[in-house]
Amino acid sequence: MISAVPTNQELIDFVYHEARLIDQHRFEEWLALFCEDGRYWMPLEWGQTDPRLTCSLMDEDKLLLTIRVERLKGNRTFSQKPKSRCHHVLQAPQIDSSDEAANAYVTWTPMHYIETRLDEQMLFAAWATHTLTVDDGRLMIKMKRVDLVNCDAAFGSIQLFM
Amino acid sequence: MPRYAGNVDAVRSLVCETEVHRDIYVDEEVFQLEMEHLFANTWVYVGHDSQTPNSGDFYGTMIGTQPVLMVRHTDGNVKVLYNRCPHKGTRITGETHGNTGKFFRCPYHAWSFNTDGSLIALPLKNGYENTGFEASHAAQGMTAVRHVRNYRGFVFAKLNDGGATFEEFFGESLSSLDNMVDRSPAGRLEVAGGVLRYVHNCNWKMLVENQTDTCHPMVAHASSAGTAVAVWNKAPPGASKPMAVEIFAPFMSPYEFFENMGIRVWDNGHGHTGVHSSIHANYSAVPGYFEKMAAAYGEIRAKAILDENRHNTVYFPNLMVKGPIQLLRLFKPISANRTLVESWTFRLVDAPDVLLERTLMYNRLINAPTSVVGHDDLEMYERAQEGLRSNGNAWVNVQRLYRPGEAGEVNAVTNGTTEWQMRNQFRAWAKFMTMSM
Repeated sequence: MISAVPTNQELIDFVYHEARLIDQHRFEEWLALFCEDGRYWMPLEWGQTDPRLTCSLMDEDKLLLTIRVERLKGNRTFSQKPKSRCHHVLQAPQIDSSDEAANAYVTWTPMHYIETRLDEQMLFAAWATHTLTVDDGRLMIKMKRVDLVNCDAAFGSIQLFM
Repeated sequence: MPRYAGNVDAVRSLVCETEVHRDIYVDEEVFQLEMEHLFANTWVYVGHDSQTPNSGDFYGTMIGTQPVLMVRHTDGNVKVLYNRCPHKGTRITGETHGNTGKFFRCPYHAWSFNTDGSLIALPLKNGYENTGFEASHAAQGMTAVRHVRNYRGFVFAKLNDGGATFEEFFGESLSSLDNMVDRSPAGRLEVAGGVLRYVHNCNWKMLVENQTDTCHPMVAHASSAGTAVAVWNKAPPGASKPMAVEIFAPFMSPYEFFENMGIRVWDNGHGHTGVHSSIHANYSAVPGYFEKMAAAYGEIRAKAILDENRHNTVYFPNLMVKGPIQLLRLFKPISANRTLVESWTFRLVDAPDVLLERTLMYNRLINAPTSVVGHDDLEMYERAQEGLRSNGNAWVNVQRLYRPGEAGEVNAVTNGTTEWQMRNQFRAWAKFMTMSM
């Protein structure tokens, strides 16, 4: 349980914990961090503002995130045989805004992310912007936005979550 | 020691009636010959004219492995120029898109060119007096591609003088581009939403073949589309089906569905799936759209346009379009084992925004480097690129529903699970590879 108004340290701890769940493949616990109307957004354009009429790399509601998490476990998910692994290095999250009235807390976290499978290893640099909210004594994700520094580059398969 | 260059018989022997040799996919010499012959003798898609709406607008891209510029000339026509300065070879433009004004200016020595490529001026011109400069290659300016055709906004170019005319090359296959354009109440498309760029470590032809491979979705995409269906089946009864599920679910249709949807095979390697129905046929109606179409075309014609539900139309060699969802994929060859896949989307001018929203969602869910469906396919292509190195068997099979004599039939409609369209592509491949050897 956290207090009705989270401390800065609680927000920071949450962001670290979230990355750790991904790195440890604890995807169901990770999914449970998202609000029912939560989103995971990875823009395609630099400084993108519109997720609807501009394409994104990912713009996932909880249903699409659930499909991804289920698929990663699937017996016929051949692109995950063998499985990908990943690794986050986060800078200390910065608190961009704390709006108690709106129950919305925004953090900004520069990061390096590595995804690897077989002999291939890819390095990405990105900024994660979390919009968090307190629900029933728990911090939850309203929106996780991941802006890649090279969002418009040509990529190979990116299979996990940054 | 070259095995295929200048050796028409050796190249032809790679394509048999029902199988093709693995060198078509893995051999770098064959790849170089494709760039020299196949991508020069065919009409290759360059870009859409809505990418260069105003005089001086340019877009840089590749035809095969040749860097080119598409540019709106001062006379309003779209020109295609080889993207190098005739002086030292410097690529003229750095950005992919831009506006150059009335002329191009090379950033190295300030030679300048009209937007049709002709040389305007160069600094210290007297240094070339009495040198015979007028007869040099450089004085000819930026080399223009001579054979360019803007078909209802789609710009194609052919690098060689030989080969078929535009009409001969495409024939009735242009009906798929027509249908995509006609779906706009204004009869116009605009590139919109951004382009997805996905690197594939496989040969470009594996992607082209996959476009009419109707025996793979229910197998290779069980992991993605199948999981989507399974997750959705747990939703509370009465919940309205999300657009994403409408897009994923038809991939899991049974073989019978794909058999019945049909394939049409045109001359010169073109063809399409989805003659009678397709995976795009049962999307929800978009409020207000039919009314706009009926106002523009009349109800009967509007219905005929929208009842056409072609799935994937392959324009040989390296283009695929999806008319019903206004999407275009270009398979850009980089080397024998590397391909850049660009997936472009279009707005139907004067149609409701929801159509573009669905097109973009489809592109993101199916064609992005972050797409689970894309991951399924790429895994198979890359395994094939690896597996073909095996010496146990040098041949790839394309025999399904083969009939002797089929090669003579044009504009044929047949069972939707045939590999005839793949054979059609390879017959065209052999033809356009060898015609200038």
